[in-house]
Amino acid sequence: MQRIGVFVCWCGSNIAGTVDVHKVAEALKSEPGVVISTQYQYMCSEAGQTLIKDAIRDHKLTGIVVCSCSPRMHEATFRKTAAAAGLNPYMVEIANIREQCSWIHKDMEVGTEKAIILGRAAIAKVHLNAPLVAGESPVVKRALVIGGGIAGIQTALDIADAGFPVDIVETKPTIGGKMAQIDKTFPTLDCAACILTPKMVDAAQHEKINIYAYSEVAEVKGFVGNFSVKIKQKARMVDTTKCTGCGLCVEKCPMKKVPNEFNLGMDKRSAIYIPFAQAVPKVATIDPTACIKMKTGKCGLCATVCEAGAIDYTQQDSFIEEKYGAIVVATGYNPINLDKYDEFAYNQSPDVITSLEFERLTNAAGPTAGKLLRPSDGKHPHTLVFVQCVGSRCDVANEKGKSYCSKICCMYTAKHAMLCREKYPDTDVYVFYIDVRTPGKNFDEFYRRAVEEYGVHYIKGMVGKVAPQADGTLLVQGSDLIEGEQLKIKADLVVLAAAIEPDKSARPLATMLTASMDTNDFFTEAHPKLRPVESPTAGVFLSGCCQGPKDIPETVSQASGAAAKVIGLLVKDSLTCNPCVAHSNELMCNGCSACEKVCPYGAISYEDKEFRMPDRTTAIRRVASVNPAVCQGCGACTVACPSGAMDLNGFSNSQIMAEVDAICK
Amino acid sequence: MQVEKKEFKPTIVAFCCNWCSYAGADLSGTNRLNYPANVKIIRVPCSCRVNPMFVLRAFQRGADGVIICGCHPGDCHYTTGNYYARRRMTLLFSMLDFLGIERDRTRLEWVSAAEGAKFAATMNDFVETVTKLGENKRLEDLRCKKQ
Amino acid sequence: MSHNKETLREIVIETAGINPRKCMKCGKCSGACPAYDEMEYHPHQFVSMVEAGKIEELMNSEAIYMCLSCFACVERCPRGVEPASFIEAARLALIRQSGKNHLKAEEIPAKLNDKLPQQAIVSAFRKYSK
Repeated sequence: MQRIGVFVCWCGSNIAGTVDVHKVAEALKSEPGVVISTQYQYMCSEAGQTLIKDAIRDHKLTGIVVCSCSPRMHEATFRKTAAAAGLNPYMVEIANIREQCSWIHKDMEVGTEKAIILGRAAIAKVHLNAPLVAGESPVVKRALVIGGGIAGIQTALDIADAGFPVDIVETKPTIGGKMAQIDKTFPTLDCAACILTPKMVDAAQHEKINIYAYSEVAEVKGFVGNFSVKIKQKARMVDTTKCTGCGLCVEKCPMKKVPNEFNLGMDKRSAIYIPFAQAVPKVATIDPTACIKMKTGKCGLCATVCEAGAIDYTQQDSFIEEKYGAIVVATGYNPINLDKYDEFAYNQSPDVITSLEFERLTNAAGPTAGKLLRPSDGKHPHTLVFVQCVGSRCDVANEKGKSYCSKICCMYTAKHAMLCREKYPDTDVYVFYIDVRTPGKNFDEFYRRAVEEYGVHYIKGMVGKVAPQADGTLLVQGSDLIEGEQLKIKADLVVLAAAIEPDKSARPLATMLTASMDTNDFFTEAHPKLRPVESPTAGVFLSGCCQGPKDIPETVSQASGAAAKVIGLLVKDSLTCNPCVAHSNELMCNGCSACEKVCPYGAISYEDKEFRMPDRTTAIRRVASVNPAVCQGCGACTVACPSGAMDLNGFSNSQIMAEVDAICK
Repeated sequence: MQVEKKEFKPTIVAFCCNWCSYAGADLSGTNRLNYPANVKIIRVPCSCRVNPMFVLRAFQRGADGVIICGCHPGDCHYTTGNYYARRRMTLLFSMLDFLGIERDRTRLEWVSAAEGAKFAATMNDFVETVTKLGENKRLEDLRCKKQ
Repeated sequence: MSHNKETLREIVIETAGINPRKCMKCGKCSGACPAYDEMEYHPHQFVSMVEAGKIEELMNSEAIYMCLSCFACVERCPRGVEPASFIEAARLALIRQSGKNHLKAEEIPAKLNDKLPQQAIVSAFRKYSK
């Protein structure tokens, strides 16, 4: 039997004005287990707390009930008070007789009666309270960043600058991501490579940063502060420690007909390749699907010309296992596939291109060395049509497109149109738009400049059809909604602002991390407004477009925000866990997995345990076990459990039932 | 013959999630928005913590109405808890309806931490509805009745 | 004296002294226009017609006589585009084209409101009292 103390607070006249506190204290005195019941003007004051502490010591109390304001207000205060007097802080219950009683009832009799009932419920609950001890789990002071685009690079640099080692895992042979493919950045028109490549070099040279390029995350185990990750290093067939990146092998390779993915297939590369001149790490990679030596066994030219002896055709995928305290997801985006958009003739004409392809066409390091030439005949285009919102803002049921706004297209289209007019004043540039969305610093001014200074024709309306003509031009048919007419434009080049979608690697990664995603495969935040860089899964952070479409400045801010959160986690030596977590009664658990399926945090796992049976034999049974460091205490599993094995500390089945009973009496 | 009848005051149990609805209830107190004293709130971490058993227990012990309040869909502190609550309660409520516990005696409502006024209005409306329905005897276990 | 399409456009833009590209097509001018119902082309269209070089259509329209020159469109435009100035410029271009410095009332299309000369006076007051 517990020895319970009841402390009724007046809260000046806030409670005492409509609740007869003396009567409440008197009535609760006769409840089972109550050894002292008293009242005071301000329980939360120094004197009030002293009164509680003294009572705990004098009456050897094992539990206390404070009838006062909302637990959201002073539960922590009274728990500290109890702890100071040597009582487990989780043996404190609060009866909310201010916000939920005295403040809403005007009648003294009604208020007093309700306060007594609320007090009874709290007493009934505290009878079943058990002392809880907050556990601690150690923090591994190392971070993993998945994805080596600008988001991943910025996050890694910020964490490393704070003194913590960081590993970047990038699936491509080089870091740099999409930003490396972009020509210029809006709204300042800085050259993307000029601002990105120094950061790539910084990351490569940072003593705290380790880059695993051409690698993938294969397995994630563990939980916040203590993840264990298996990283697969794909075989490059090149010894990265020996390769100097001289490029001789690339030059000599006889297989030169491989579509160059860095230039989105608009030119060819060799079977052994370095994606671009400023690649980090700058080492060659053999494409096993194209290499003649790998396919037929004959050739080996690269090995003969390599002075460093870096080529190794026998190289195999290797695995590294490393422990991390925090994981940052920065898997980025891709433009959607436009194959299904027949109306824009993307698959019928090489002169219908995506905006990312246009970036490469205007990039000095691109397939045309920066000259704007039509992919079909290499001629200079005179009439260009840009189409915005291709695949963005579609109905949810639309199979071809996405329901969201891809956010970056309005600005990069304005940039493309502007650059086009600037470099080639002989061109006529049309932009078809549904809305022009330019929220951002100096963004709208930038768009207006494209219209007013560069004379880009912005047309409100959508292109309905692009028809390749016999003379090699493209007949673009669209509507001008403002003029109320249908336009037919003979264009030389059509550029489609394709919607962007999360990288395909995001979903399997989310499964490994037990991080939640929305229906579009964007990672969800812990809170859409107040915790935008954290995943609901503790220890997993979000950076860049994996969380939603973003431009570069936004991506970099989020990257630094995620880094700050990671640093905040890694500076801790250990994490205090919330003790109000679920736990399963192994004797009752039948290993059905119902709880595991509803757990939003992946806190529940199963283990085979040996049990002594009544007949003295042992049996191995599969039982649930909750990781208290990961569990956030929502209680979803307790209800899902068909055998009643799962229960929640602090809000146990019996505690809540006792409250129900006390209220319904 | 007129029988002297005491005014019927239903017993209402309200399960409120800690993050949204309990805070919403606090807010209606802070704003001094009245609702009947028959409503007694039980704090749970999340609406998904509400076991159908708790609702049955309340009816067994003589509650006249049970209301469960959680965060708005999409706002759950634990991401998906209120969706579980919605599914479970939809099933439970229709089963209770089948058993003869009127559908209006049970309710699931989304109240955010900012909706003090909605909390009070919801409780006023619920109490009024349950009062009209009268006492709930269907599941009450008389052996549990306090003498 | 007749001009080709391109030079006519340039003349009108120069006379108006406004860059029609500044228009962001919000429609506030037409929203403010008191003579909207009487016009077959509306203030926002004046700007885009000039931009598109459809000056002849504008000059031959009745709308340019319906414009009261109240300058509400000028006053309200958030981007400093002046639809009324384009109308003035179109009227002026029409007068110049006929080799005169002014237009006689009887030269104004017959089906227009017979109160129009007065409107023209109002317009002139507005224009020259600035």
